[in-house]
Amino acid sequence: MNLDFSFVNWGVVSSFIAKGFFYSIQLTLVAMVGGIVVGTLLALMRLSGKKWLVMPAAFYVNTLRSIPLVMVILWFFLLIPLLTGIRMGAEASAIITFTVFEAAYYSEIMRAGIQSVPKGQVYAGYAVGMTYPQCMQLVVLPQAFRNMLPVLLTQTIILFQDTSLVYAIGAYDLFHGFDTVAKNFGRPVESYLLAAAVYFVMCFSLSMLVRQLQKRIQIIR
Amino acid sequence: MGSTWDWQIFLQDTGGGQSYLQWMLSAWGWTLSVALLGLIVALLVGALMGILRTVPSKGLQFLGNAWTELFRNVPLLVQIFLWYHVIPTLFLSLRAIPSFVLVVFALGFFTSARIAEQVKAGINALPKGQRYAGLAMGLTLPQTYRYVILPMAFRIVIPPITSESMNIIKNSSVAFAVSIAELTMFAMQAGEETSRPIEMYLAVTVLYFVSAFAINRIAALIERKLQVPGMGVGK
Repeated sequence: MNLDFSFVNWGVVSSFIAKGFFYSIQLTLVAMVGGIVVGTLLALMRLSGKKWLVMPAAFYVNTLRSIPLVMVILWFFLLIPLLTGIRMGAEASAIITFTVFEAAYYSEIMRAGIQSVPKGQVYAGYAVGMTYPQCMQLVVLPQAFRNMLPVLLTQTIILFQDTSLVYAIGAYDLFHGFDTVAKNFGRPVESYLLAAAVYFVMCFSLSMLVRQLQKRIQIIR
Repeated sequence: MGSTWDWQIFLQDTGGGQSYLQWMLSAWGWTLSVALLGLIVALLVGALMGILRTVPSKGLQFLGNAWTELFRNVPLLVQIFLWYHVIPTLFLSLRAIPSFVLVVFALGFFTSARIAEQVKAGINALPKGQRYAGLAMGLTLPQTYRYVILPMAFRIVIPPITSESMNIIKNSSVAFAVSIAELTMFAMQAGEETSRPIEMYLAVTVLYFVSAFAINRIAALIERKLQVPGMGVGK
């Protein structure tokens, strides 16, 4: 069969694709920032050595990491209105879900990053009279962030790919845009191929950037 | 929430002569078969592509790298749609293939990119001297891989492949998108039919836990059995 992409014009892109594209980007960025903030807190809890902090954080992280993301998306879509009484659209629900879900993954990266800073530096911080928050903020976290920046960005690329799973609750993301075009124009083959190409170009170029970055910021020990 | 638990819902008839419990167990079977068959595809293809990325030939290296980048940078959901909607249209001879098989390949090839990454890292983790030693002894390149490099490299990659095996169980849930009757599909449909989504979701979530945990234990067993005496793998 012959491929025919002639139905794709600016009108199609602006009315179907753009909306989904911007939502996917928004979802990725919000979940990334929120996930890193919550993830850092979770990582600090797990490394605190205090049982009442370690246990809940470990439970949170291990539970979310063992459930398929699609199920988590469905769970949140079901539970948020039941528990809070607030009716919420699929788009808003997905933003909360992804932030909560990604925090579990980011926290594992943060934990590894924090542990990659040699213990001697922490002791050195205490020795010059720093408190725990000061030591974390001024000595450990800046280096930890630098060490794990490439991994954090790689996780963000995975996150961007995973945003397509909001398909399960019908939120209008980038893939939903292509899916709508596929159905409206009766051209599934071309639409899904285009969708794959768009995701590939975005993710591949981002991962090339991460690779460059990785080479540049390696700490010389 | 106002509602109480109703677990007897699982004994209720679905209207098709089976109970929701039976439906769910058959869905669990679909999840496990998609995941395990996909894992076999992923291990075979991933090992091959990972090895190709480490051989001297530039052409083969390119093939391995291109394969990995292609299957790693497109979301699984999109890949499943490509297998389901695009490939049978482009290759008419594939039209007769059941969607279950297509999803197995989609999941398998997607995961193979990750396995290839681990296999490559495992091979590169070995000292270069082992490869040179093998070649210097007069072994051909395939023999060097077969007798010197791979026996060590495969043991190194068992722990990361264990976590990929657990991931593939989770990722099999994406098959709901092309209506494979697996656990997530069951949860969505049964939740709607019975208006008891919480019970359905809970049961399905527990089954995912159990499956991932079982894989984890089996992998730990394999790791212990294959350990080179005197060498702690992964330490």
